Amino acid sequence: MSLLRFCQWLAATPWSIALHESRYMYLIVLTVHVLTLTVFVGTALMLDLRLLGMTMTRVPASEVIARLLPWTTAGFVVMMISGALLFYAAPMLRYQNFFFRVKMVALVLAALNVWMFRSTVYRGIAEWDLDPVPPRRARVAGGVSLALWAILITLGRMIPYQLYWFDCSRQPQSAIVNTLSGCIADPDSGHR
Amino acid sequence: MTLLDVCRWIQNSSLLVAMRSSPWLFPIVATIHLFGLAIIGGSVLVVDLRLLGLGLRRQPVSQIARDAEPWLLRGLLVSIPTGVLLFMCFATKYYYLTFFWVKMASLLLVLLFTFSVRRKVAMSDETRIGPVWSRLVALVSLSLWTSVAIGGRLIGFP
Repeated sequence: MSLLRFCQWLAATPWSIALHESRYMYLIVLTVHVLTLTVFVGTALMLDLRLLGMTMTRVPASEVIARLLPWTTAGFVVMMISGALLFYAAPMLRYQNFFFRVKMVALVLAALNVWMFRSTVYRGIAEWDLDPVPPRRARVAGGVSLALWAILITLGRMIPYQLYWFDCSRQPQSAIVNTLSGCIADPDSGHR
Repeated sequence: MTLLDVCRWIQNSSLLVAMRSSPWLFPIVATIHLFGLAIIGGSVLVVDLRLLGLGLRRQPVSQIARDAEPWLLRGLLVSIPTGVLLFMCFATKYYYLTFFWVKMASLLLVLLFTFSVRRKVAMSDETRIGPVWSRLVALVSLSLWTSVAIGGRLIGFP
């Protein structure tokens, strides 16, 4: 089954329609998704700033990571669940949203960055644990992480604004926009 | 001149008319406002979690509070100017929204609380402040900030 077919199937499920049409549920999920930024990106930011040597420089880096990462992880789990629900409420709108597509790519890059940090720089943390300013490779990992979360926030914020600029529902559009947004030919089936 | 007149005057000033006519400016400013939310979130959480006896437990509260404070100020420096701009774009709409006033009241309270009581408690010797008081301060801070954030989200809905 192609991704498009999967989204079409998902959009036709009763729960997807119910969530999309609900008076409060959708807004509650959206609010949770946005406000969990404070826990998820907030604690990730403090971790990244420690890696950059810009805060809590007298606290061992491993300690900052060990004590704050559970909160970052918890925030991430809430983000993923609420995000998945927001996708589930309108699969076809997300499928045809340029910003959503780029956001998913950026999410994969952010995950790769975490994995790379874990499997390289973090292994040698004992050597620089007490350094107020960690070595260059740790600072790079922290900086890349910060940049990627900033990009993710930006793309997430832009998702609803596509409607005003170059949404698939605004035809005719240039071919490049239609391709990048994955606009499907039949506008009626792309309603949600 | 009433407050509503002021709102009307702000919203219709040529600068704000120009800002609204750009399709990109409002969402970009709103995005930067969200960066502020994340910065404030992180810098408030590390201290409040510590006051609750969670997070960086092995460090003294005063050390964490001292490290986090510049970032709280930076977060405010990002949030407040962008927030003022967002307000000015649709001043008369916000004037009529109860949640907007709830948010402003919570923000005023939390700023007063943060830079008086919370600062004093966080910066002082822990043996002199009981854990109950520390926890209470953290809970008040977290509740007020949550109220600011929820108010902020709710005034964004059409």
